[in-house]
Amino acid sequence: MKWARTTAIVFLLAVSAACLLANVIAPASYAHQFRAEPNASASRQHLLGTDDLGRDRFSRVLYGTRVSLLLAPAAALLSSLMAAFIGGIAGFAGGWVERFVMAGTDLFLSLPWLFLLITVRALLPLNVSPIVSVLITFAMLGCLGWAGAARIICADARALSQSDFILLARASGSCGFRLLWRHLVPNLKPVLYAQFWISVPVFILTEANLGILGLGVAEPLPSWGSLLRELEGFSTIAGQAWQLVPLILFILVVSSFHLVLTKEELPV
Amino acid sequence: MKKLLASFVLLILITLGSTSVLAQSGGELHFCLRSEPKTLNPLLAADDASETIRYLTGGVLVRVNRFTQDLEPGLATSWKVTNGGKTITFQLRDGLRFSDGTSFSADDVTYTMQQLMDPALHSPTGDAFRSSEGKVETQVLPKNRVRITFPAPIAGLDRLFDQVAVMSAKSPQKEMAVLGPYYVGENKAGSYLILKRNPNYWEKDSAGRPLPYIESVRLDIQQNRDIEMLRLTRGEIHFINSLDAEYFDKLVSQDPSMAHDAGASLDSEEMWFNQVASSPLPSYKKAWFSSTNFRRAISEAINREDMARIVFRGHARPAVGPVSPANKFWFNAKLQAHPFDQKSALQRLAQDGFHLQDGVLHDHDGHAVEFSVITNAGNKYRERMATMIQQDLSGVGIKLNVVTLDFPSLIERITRTFDYEACLLGLVNDELDPNAQMTVWLSSADSHQWNPSQKTPATVWEAEIDKLMRAQASTLDPKKRKEDFDKVQEIAWQQEPFIYLVNKNALSAVSPAVRNVHPVVLRPQVYWNIDQLSLSGEVARNR
Amino acid sequence: MAPKGLTRPAIWNASRRGIDTLSALPKLAGKILITVLIGGFLGATLVRLAPGFGVDEEELDARLSVRSLQALRETRASDSNLFVFYSRYLNRLLHGDLGNSRTLQRPVLQLVAERLPETLKSVALGLALGWSAGFLLAVAIVMSRAWYLDLLTSLLVGALLCLPAAVLALLFVLAQAPARLLLGLVVFPKIFRYSRNLLARSSGLPHVLTARAKGLGNMRVLVWHILPTAAPQLLALLGVTVSFAFTAAIPMEALCDLPGIGQLAWKAALGRDVALLVNLTMIVTLVTLVANSASDLIGRTFRTREA
Repeated sequence: MKWARTTAIVFLLAVSAACLLANVIAPASYAHQFRAEPNASASRQHLLGTDDLGRDRFSRVLYGTRVSLLLAPAAALLSSLMAAFIGGIAGFAGGWVERFVMAGTDLFLSLPWLFLLITVRALLPLNVSPIVSVLITFAMLGCLGWAGAARIICADARALSQSDFILLARASGSCGFRLLWRHLVPNLKPVLYAQFWISVPVFILTEANLGILGLGVAEPLPSWGSLLRELEGFSTIAGQAWQLVPLILFILVVSSFHLVLTKEELPV
Repeated sequence: MKKLLASFVLLILITLGSTSVLAQSGGELHFCLRSEPKTLNPLLAADDASETIRYLTGGVLVRVNRFTQDLEPGLATSWKVTNGGKTITFQLRDGLRFSDGTSFSADDVTYTMQQLMDPALHSPTGDAFRSSEGKVETQVLPKNRVRITFPAPIAGLDRLFDQVAVMSAKSPQKEMAVLGPYYVGENKAGSYLILKRNPNYWEKDSAGRPLPYIESVRLDIQQNRDIEMLRLTRGEIHFINSLDAEYFDKLVSQDPSMAHDAGASLDSEEMWFNQVASSPLPSYKKAWFSSTNFRRAISEAINREDMARIVFRGHARPAVGPVSPANKFWFNAKLQAHPFDQKSALQRLAQDGFHLQDGVLHDHDGHAVEFSVITNAGNKYRERMATMIQQDLSGVGIKLNVVTLDFPSLIERITRTFDYEACLLGLVNDELDPNAQMTVWLSSADSHQWNPSQKTPATVWEAEIDKLMRAQASTLDPKKRKEDFDKVQEIAWQQEPFIYLVNKNALSAVSPAVRNVHPVVLRPQVYWNIDQLSLSGEVARNR
Repeated sequence: MAPKGLTRPAIWNASRRGIDTLSALPKLAGKILITVLIGGFLGATLVRLAPGFGVDEEELDARLSVRSLQALRETRASDSNLFVFYSRYLNRLLHGDLGNSRTLQRPVLQLVAERLPETLKSVALGLALGWSAGFLLAVAIVMSRAWYLDLLTSLLVGALLCLPAAVLALLFVLAQAPARLLLGLVVFPKIFRYSRNLLARSSGLPHVLTARAKGLGNMRVLVWHILPTAAPQLLALLGVTVSFAFTAAIPMEALCDLPGIGQLAWKAALGRDVALLVNLTMIVTLVTLVANSASDLIGRTFRTREA
């Protein structure tokens, strides 16, 4: 598996470098519309063809990767940390704290948060820049996406808090935050990694779906979500394989994240 | 011998004749509704799905032939408009029955009008008849006639009855007893409706055979257009009434015979600026938006040809004004779409003190010209149009922010809070008569989008439009009405309260299994002659 | 060192805990009821505060007279006071009336009764598929310790997570597969990823290594040593996936036009139909609480100490 991890790291670095150097590499601005060439096929001039408005798809993939590769993992990290904090403390404390927090978590899972997202968008000025709008969207997704994982982490933390090594740590004088941070949290990593790894693509797709409600990235700024929305007209893209490149890139990046993060091998 | 030959020929003819009868009767027509009907009450039908059910099941006194655009007899064999457009008298057909067998009479028309005009019902169809305050009187006359008198004249009165489905006063089934070609047989909420052939439908074909030919109609609730298209190509449904341009092109590449482009529809896409004085916009922006030069400049800076070519794949044309060229009588043919001319746009802006500075347009006070346009999220054509306008306006140094909002949020901004700068939406026109646009053009009306519900007209040109619209509504003389409404179109063209962008074409897709289809621009484009449609492939299966 | 896992004394203790659990049920039911009511109120609050509340697409109908428009706005305004709305709602609820849906113009009870079975079928099928595929694959990977299987499955799971639901729905239609199975593909990645990690961690614990060293077969190690250790977390995952499946059903039913409560919720959200949304929120809250509480209660019987 080491070779797979190495390949994944190299791939992620290459993608990151490409999107950071988008200003240099991209053959055109992500917003420029080549109106004589809408829906053009892949060519030397347009490596991945052009979209419905004649914008160079390769340039949009580069700039879109910048937005999504930065913000989606950040939002996933936020939701994972919140899940770890809330679930970890609840499971570790046990008793009425756990019951109260978990009831709150269940309530949180059930509420229609869509309306909060719509309300926040309405509170923003209409002329807010697209990047601020997408930052706020991902921040909100991060703040709203913790509840499911918190439950599992709580159960995990509860089980771990009764384990022998924790008993030993307590007996050695470790307590409170130190006990939580140095002994419990490292053992929650498998669940946290799972949560993080699942959240990245879920948030990217959620951002795309929120576009149906006017949330997410505003034109002309591209994101993976907006690029993937092109695939919704799936039946019209048959025979235009280059339109699948953003999806393939997305899958490869997410898979690479998994390979890089999963340091734990299967036990032999 | 001759007798034998004649008998033989007769036998052949009878066989062929009966074959053609068999070939035209029976089967189930299958198509999709984009949403679930909100109501099956024909008087309250306002959404597309409910109006489809009303069209297929409702019997009307007169029917607008969607092909010829002329008015034809329906449940009434003849009608007469008198009293300066206040009174209409119908001669009803004799011996008709509702789908449940209840007999039809003038009492049913009276009952329907009473229900329709009931102020507590708030029926949009009924409101179209409300020319002024006062009671609507319906009188049953001898020899199966009925007279309806309105408190004030209504221009185009007779055509309005195309939307009024007559209900039974006596039937225990209430609105489910119908006079149209079909009745609602089965309704699985959220999934499908099946309409069954009305055995008592009054219409017959030229050979005296009872209509409709098709035995039943199945309407699946299908929102996803991609899946709808897939189902059509698979033969699971028979047609798509309104097809998106990209699917149209795909269909043309697969099977051109299925794709139908009836030409420019009555609908238009337009953009307007918020001119409400009390809106929470900064005063310098209000000054921009209320300037005719500014609006004309924006209009000239937008490339409508590109929009029609790219967004609608050539299946649209630059719009001229509130009336589409498809509306042959009412369209003012002297007007042309505003040309794309950014140089002229900058000259107009310069007249109002705007100037370019480092590629950015500034007003005379030094404010950089930047504003937002809101449109409804999820409508990819409007999103693309807004993005194209964004690029076009950057050519004159204007920064446009495209903001897509979910529909209720958008409606709140344009009708309640007026917290928006520009809006891009479409106008859906079902009516040819400009009277249907009365509440859009009257400055006191709520649908006067750029500045609704004015106590007095805010501008001279709006006062002029008010005068002209009232004048055309108060006369029956079509020539005078046309003159007045032409002037309204000229003023709209000059002042650009709405910047009309494109008129989309009426695109549809029909399976070759459906016979006698003639797609048109008026809704419903494909099944307007539902009682005369027939299926070929279905019959083979039914045998 | 004695092997960890379920021994006879452990089973007796589990039975005693089970009896204690049953006696706590009425208290739990009470807590669930209160939480559901709070959930309904909070859901109503979110809807009420969202922009677009009280407006209707019908207002754009140019045919409507001023009076009709006013009447339309007044009917919406009756729901605007949150406390009045909610107290009226609770009063009606006591009489078995869930109110009327403004967008579909039918009693909410009727709508829910028609559509809930469809969603329950989809959720049940989706969970069955997701759990059987996800859990079994995780078990197979952990027990076989085959890195290539782990890699391939992770890539498949990654691909499924990355595919937009609209594309998945279309692929199902293309393959003429029942749309209900789509939910299984949506929950499968989550179940697989968590299960795989939890089982992998459990299988690396000292007592498991000892059991293997002592020559116990794979099945015995799995059933008696790995699963009991991971059971509380897996049960928590089960509870979470039930509520996740319900919320995932909303976009899925909207995309595939399945007539379940998910489709209803989508329409209600677009129309700001507070009566319908409050009821649907309460149903989802109830399902979430019952599923998670059940998994907690069952999980308590499996608590074991880790070495």
